[in-house]
Amino acid sequence: MRLEYFQMVDKVLALDLEARTLRTANIVPDKSPIFEGHFPGHPLLPGVLLFEIMAQSCGMLLLRLHNYDRMAFLASVDKGKLRTFVTPGQVIEVFAEMVHDGSGFARLKAEGRVEGKLVCNAEVTLKTMPFPAPELRGYLLETAERIGMPMGTPAELGSSAPASAGNLTHV
Amino acid sequence: MSSTFETVANIIAETCDIPRENITPESHAIDDLGIDSLDFLDIAFAIDKAFGIKLPLESWTQEVNEGKATTEQYFVLKNLCARIDELIAAKSA
Repeated sequence: MRLEYFQMVDKVLALDLEARTLRTANIVPDKSPIFEGHFPGHPLLPGVLLFEIMAQSCGMLLLRLHNYDRMAFLASVDKGKLRTFVTPGQVIEVFAEMVHDGSGFARLKAEGRVEGKLVCNAEVTLKTMPFPAPELRGYLLETAERIGMPMGTPAELGSSAPASAGNLTHV
Repeated sequence: MSSTFETVANIIAETCDIPRENITPESHAIDDLGIDSLDFLDIAFAIDKAFGIKLPLESWTQEVNEGKATTEQYFVLKNLCARIDELIAAKSA
Protein backbone atom coordinates (compact mmCIF):
# COMPACT_ATOMS: atom_id res chain seq x y z
CA MET A 1 0.00 0.00 0.00
CA ARG A 2 1.38 3.39 -0.99
CA LEU A 3 -0.94 5.69 0.85
CA GLU A 4 0.42 8.91 -0.61
CA TYR A 5 -0.31 7.64 -4.12
CA PHE A 6 -3.64 6.09 -3.17
CA GLN A 7 -2.33 2.69 -4.22
CA MET A 8 -4.30 0.60 -1.79
CA VAL A 9 -4.51 -2.85 -3.34
CA ASP A 10 -1.30 -4.87 -3.09
CA LYS A 11 -2.39 -8.23 -4.38
CA VAL A 12 -5.30 -10.15 -5.82
CA LEU A 13 -5.92 -13.24 -3.72
CA ALA A 14 -8.86 -14.64 -5.67
CA LEU A 15 -11.06 -13.66 -8.57
CA ASP A 16 -14.30 -15.43 -9.43
CA LEU A 17 -15.76 -14.11 -12.67
CA GLU A 18 -18.92 -16.18 -12.45
CA ALA A 19 -19.73 -15.24 -8.89
CA ARG A 20 -18.43 -11.72 -9.64
CA THR A 21 -16.27 -11.54 -6.53
CA LEU A 22 -12.74 -10.42 -5.79
CA ARG A 23 -10.57 -10.87 -2.74
CA THR A 24 -7.54 -8.62 -2.27
CA ALA A 25 -4.71 -8.05 0.18
CA ASN A 26 -4.02 -4.50 1.29
CA ILE A 27 -0.97 -4.09 3.50
CA VAL A 28 -0.89 -1.06 5.76
CA PRO A 29 2.65 0.37 5.66
CA ASP A 30 4.70 0.56 8.84
CA LYS A 31 5.52 4.18 8.19
CA SER A 32 3.72 7.04 6.48
CA PRO A 33 3.44 10.80 7.04
CA ILE A 34 -0.25 10.14 7.55
CA PHE A 35 0.50 8.45 10.85
CA GLU A 36 2.39 11.50 12.08
CA GLY A 37 -0.88 13.34 12.27
CA HIS A 38 -3.32 10.47 12.64
CA PHE A 39 -2.47 10.25 15.50
CA PRO A 40 0.70 11.26 17.37
CA GLY A 41 1.64 8.36 19.60
CA HIS A 42 -1.36 6.35 18.43
CA PRO A 43 -1.05 5.67 14.68
CA LEU A 44 -4.28 4.55 13.03
CA LEU A 45 -5.25 4.08 9.41
CA PRO A 46 -7.86 6.82 8.85
CA GLY A 47 -11.34 5.45 8.51
CA VAL A 48 -11.89 7.32 5.28
CA LEU A 49 -9.04 5.31 3.79
CA LEU A 50 -10.75 2.08 4.80
CA PHE A 51 -13.63 3.20 2.61
CA GLU A 52 -11.15 3.99 -0.15
CA ILE A 53 -9.61 0.53 0.21
CA MET A 54 -13.02 -1.10 -0.14
CA ALA A 55 -13.93 1.17 -3.05
CA GLN A 56 -10.71 0.35 -4.89
CA SER A 57 -11.27 -3.39 -4.60
CA CYS A 58 -14.80 -2.87 -5.87
CA GLY A 59 -13.42 -0.80 -8.72
CA MET A 60 -10.80 -3.41 -9.59
CA LEU A 61 -13.51 -6.04 -9.77
CA LEU A 62 -15.76 -3.88 -11.91
CA LEU A 63 -12.97 -2.94 -14.31
CA ARG A 64 -11.98 -6.56 -14.67
CA LEU A 65 -15.57 -7.62 -15.35
CA HIS A 66 -15.74 -4.96 -18.05
CA ASN A 67 -12.33 -5.91 -19.46
CA TYR A 68 -10.95 -2.46 -18.72
CA ASP A 69 -13.11 -0.73 -21.32
CA ARG A 70 -14.57 1.71 -18.79
CA MET A 71 -13.41 3.65 -15.76
CA ALA A 72 -15.21 3.47 -12.42
CA PHE A 73 -15.61 6.42 -10.09
CA LEU A 74 -16.84 6.34 -6.51
CA ALA A 75 -20.35 7.76 -6.29
CA SER A 76 -21.62 6.77 -2.88
CA VAL A 77 -20.94 4.68 0.21
CA ASP A 78 -23.96 3.33 2.05
CA LYS A 79 -24.23 1.50 5.33
CA GLY A 80 -20.54 2.11 5.99
CA LYS A 81 -19.21 0.66 9.23
CA LEU A 82 -15.77 1.08 10.78
CA ARG A 83 -15.68 -1.63 13.40
CA THR A 84 -12.25 -1.47 14.93
CA PHE A 85 -8.89 0.28 14.67
CA VAL A 86 -6.48 -0.65 11.90
CA THR A 87 -2.83 -0.01 12.65
CA PRO A 88 0.48 0.10 10.72
CA GLY A 89 1.70 -3.26 9.45
CA GLN A 90 -1.65 -4.99 9.43
CA VAL A 91 -2.97 -6.78 6.35
CA ILE A 92 -6.53 -6.02 5.35
CA GLU A 93 -8.21 -8.65 3.23
CA VAL A 94 -11.04 -7.11 1.27
CA PHE A 95 -13.84 -9.14 -0.22
CA ALA A 96 -15.79 -7.33 -2.94
CA GLU A 97 -18.95 -8.68 -4.50
CA MET A 98 -21.01 -7.33 -7.39
CA VAL A 99 -24.62 -6.82 -6.40
CA HIS A 100 -25.94 -5.19 -9.55
CA ASP A 101 -24.24 -4.08 -12.75
CA GLY A 102 -26.51 -1.34 -14.07
CA SER A 103 -26.36 1.06 -16.97
CA GLY A 104 -23.58 3.50 -16.17
CA PHE A 105 -23.35 2.46 -12.55
CA ALA A 106 -22.80 -0.57 -10.37
CA ARG A 107 -23.65 -1.47 -6.80
CA LEU A 108 -21.25 -3.67 -4.86
CA LYS A 109 -20.75 -4.90 -1.34
CA ALA A 110 -17.38 -4.94 0.34
CA GLU A 111 -15.92 -5.96 3.65
CA GLY A 112 -12.44 -5.78 5.12
CA ARG A 113 -10.95 -8.24 7.58
CA VAL A 114 -7.72 -8.34 9.56
CA GLU A 115 -6.73 -11.85 10.61
CA GLY A 116 -10.29 -12.94 9.94
CA LYS A 117 -11.86 -10.25 12.07
CA LEU A 118 -14.29 -7.89 10.36
CA VAL A 119 -12.94 -4.34 10.53
CA CYS A 120 -15.09 -2.52 7.96
CA ASN A 121 -17.92 -3.06 5.52
CA ALA A 122 -20.04 -0.97 3.18
CA GLU A 123 -22.21 -0.90 0.09
CA VAL A 124 -20.46 0.97 -2.67
CA THR A 125 -21.94 2.58 -5.76
CA LEU A 126 -19.59 3.27 -8.65
CA LYS A 127 -20.37 5.32 -11.72
CA THR A 128 -18.86 4.00 -14.90
CA MET A 129 -17.94 5.85 -18.06
CA PRO A 130 -15.48 5.62 -20.91
CA PHE A 131 -11.93 6.33 -19.86
CA PRO A 132 -11.53 10.13 -19.89
CA ALA A 133 -7.83 9.83 -20.73
CA PRO A 134 -5.93 7.02 -22.46
CA GLU A 135 -3.09 7.17 -19.94
CA LEU A 136 -5.58 6.41 -17.19
CA ARG A 137 -6.51 3.13 -18.83
CA GLY A 138 -2.81 2.36 -19.21
CA TYR A 139 -2.25 3.10 -15.55
CA LEU A 140 -5.09 0.78 -14.53
CA LEU A 141 -3.76 -2.00 -16.74
CA GLU A 142 -0.33 -1.56 -15.15
CA THR A 143 -1.99 -1.70 -11.77
CA ALA A 144 -3.80 -4.90 -12.74
CA GLU A 145 -0.47 -6.45 -13.64
CA ARG A 146 1.18 -5.19 -10.46
CA ILE A 147 -1.45 -6.72 -8.21
CA GLY A 148 -1.60 -9.99 -10.14
CA MET A 149 -5.09 -9.68 -11.56
CA PRO A 150 -5.89 -12.86 -13.52
CA MET A 151 -6.65 -11.78 -17.08
CA GLY A 152 -7.94 -14.93 -18.78
CA THR A 153 -11.49 -15.70 -19.86
CA PRO A 154 -13.88 -17.41 -17.44
CA ALA A 155 -13.29 -20.70 -19.24
CA GLU A 156 -9.54 -20.30 -18.93
CA LEU A 157 -9.72 -19.27 -15.31
CA GLY A 158 -12.34 -21.69 -14.06
CA SER A 159 -14.94 -20.59 -11.59
CA SER A 160 -12.38 -19.32 -9.13
CA ALA A 161 -9.04 -17.92 -10.11
CA PRO A 162 -6.50 -17.80 -7.35
CA ALA A 163 -3.79 -15.26 -7.89
CA SER A 164 -1.30 -17.44 -6.05
CA ALA A 165 -3.00 -19.66 -3.54
CA GLY A 166 -3.80 -16.75 -1.30
CA ASN A 167 -0.37 -16.23 0.18
CA LEU A 168 1.31 -12.86 0.36
CA THR A 169 4.84 -13.85 -0.48
CA HIS A 170 4.80 -11.99 -3.78
CA VAL A 171 3.48 -8.70 -2.44
CA MET B 1 -48.95 0.85 -15.90
CA SER B 2 -50.78 1.54 -12.67
CA SER B 3 -49.00 -1.17 -10.71
CA THR B 4 -45.73 -0.14 -12.29
CA PHE B 5 -46.39 3.42 -11.22
CA GLU B 6 -47.23 2.37 -7.68
CA THR B 7 -43.98 0.46 -7.40
CA VAL B 8 -41.93 3.30 -8.88
CA ALA B 9 -43.62 5.94 -6.75
CA ASN B 10 -43.00 3.92 -3.61
CA ILE B 11 -39.35 3.47 -4.57
CA ILE B 12 -38.96 7.20 -5.11
CA ALA B 13 -40.73 8.05 -1.88
CA GLU B 14 -38.56 5.68 0.10
CA THR B 15 -35.27 6.39 -1.66
CA CYS B 16 -35.54 10.17 -1.73
CA ASP B 17 -37.70 10.76 1.34
CA ILE B 18 -40.39 12.46 -0.73
CA PRO B 19 -43.98 12.30 0.57
CA ARG B 20 -45.79 9.68 -1.46
CA GLU B 21 -48.77 11.98 -2.03
CA ASN B 22 -46.50 14.44 -3.86
CA ILE B 23 -45.62 11.87 -6.49
CA THR B 24 -48.02 11.63 -9.44
CA PRO B 25 -47.83 10.14 -12.93
CA GLU B 26 -47.37 13.69 -14.22
CA SER B 27 -44.42 14.42 -11.92
CA HIS B 28 -41.10 15.16 -13.58
CA ALA B 29 -38.49 13.39 -11.52
CA ILE B 30 -35.92 16.15 -11.97
CA ASP B 31 -37.94 19.34 -12.36
CA ASP B 32 -40.84 18.60 -10.01
CA LEU B 33 -39.39 16.19 -7.47
CA GLY B 34 -35.87 17.61 -7.40
CA ILE B 35 -34.17 14.27 -7.86
CA ASP B 36 -30.54 14.63 -8.89
CA SER B 37 -28.43 12.22 -10.89
CA LEU B 38 -26.90 10.53 -7.84
CA ASP B 39 -30.28 9.92 -6.23
CA PHE B 40 -31.51 8.62 -9.56
CA LEU B 41 -28.80 5.94 -9.45
CA ASP B 42 -30.38 4.64 -6.25
CA ILE B 43 -33.79 4.74 -7.90
CA ALA B 44 -32.49 2.97 -11.00
CA PHE B 45 -30.88 0.32 -8.81
CA ALA B 46 -34.17 -0.28 -6.99
CA ILE B 47 -36.20 -0.30 -10.23
CA ASP B 48 -33.75 -2.71 -11.88
CA LYS B 49 -34.02 -5.05 -8.93
CA ALA B 50 -37.79 -4.73 -8.55
CA PHE B 51 -38.57 -5.46 -12.19
CA GLY B 52 -35.59 -7.57 -13.19
CA ILE B 53 -34.60 -5.16 -15.92
CA LYS B 54 -31.74 -2.79 -16.70
CA LEU B 55 -32.82 0.78 -17.30
CA PRO B 56 -30.67 2.09 -20.17
CA LEU B 57 -29.73 5.24 -18.31
CA GLU B 58 -26.60 5.84 -20.31
CA SER B 59 -28.32 5.81 -23.69
CA TRP B 60 -31.17 7.95 -22.37
CA THR B 61 -28.72 10.50 -21.04
CA GLN B 62 -26.83 10.49 -24.31
CA GLU B 63 -30.02 11.03 -26.30
CA VAL B 64 -31.00 13.95 -24.10
CA ASN B 65 -27.53 15.49 -24.29
CA GLU B 66 -27.52 15.17 -28.07
CA GLY B 67 -30.97 16.73 -28.37
CA LYS B 68 -32.49 13.54 -29.75
CA ALA B 69 -34.88 13.25 -26.82
CA THR B 70 -36.29 15.44 -24.09
CA THR B 71 -36.02 14.78 -20.39
CA GLU B 72 -39.83 14.57 -20.33
CA GLN B 73 -39.70 11.43 -22.47
CA TYR B 74 -37.80 9.55 -19.80
CA PHE B 75 -38.23 11.37 -16.52
CA VAL B 76 -41.92 12.23 -16.37
CA LEU B 77 -43.07 9.29 -14.31
CA LYS B 78 -45.87 8.08 -16.57
CA ASN B 79 -43.36 8.02 -19.43
CA LEU B 80 -40.73 6.35 -17.26
CA CYS B 81 -43.26 3.69 -16.30
CA ALA B 82 -44.19 3.15 -19.96
CA ARG B 83 -40.49 2.57 -20.70
CA ILE B 84 -40.30 0.13 -17.82
CA ASP B 85 -43.32 -1.76 -19.12
CA GLU B 86 -41.67 -1.93 -22.54
CA LEU B 87 -38.49 -3.34 -21.02
CA ILE B 88 -40.48 -5.91 -19.05
CA ALA B 89 -42.37 -6.92 -22.19
CA ALA B 90 -39.14 -7.18 -24.18
CA LYS B 91 -37.61 -9.35 -21.48
CA SER B 92 -40.49 -11.82 -21.49
CA ALA B 93 -40.90 -11.84 -25.30
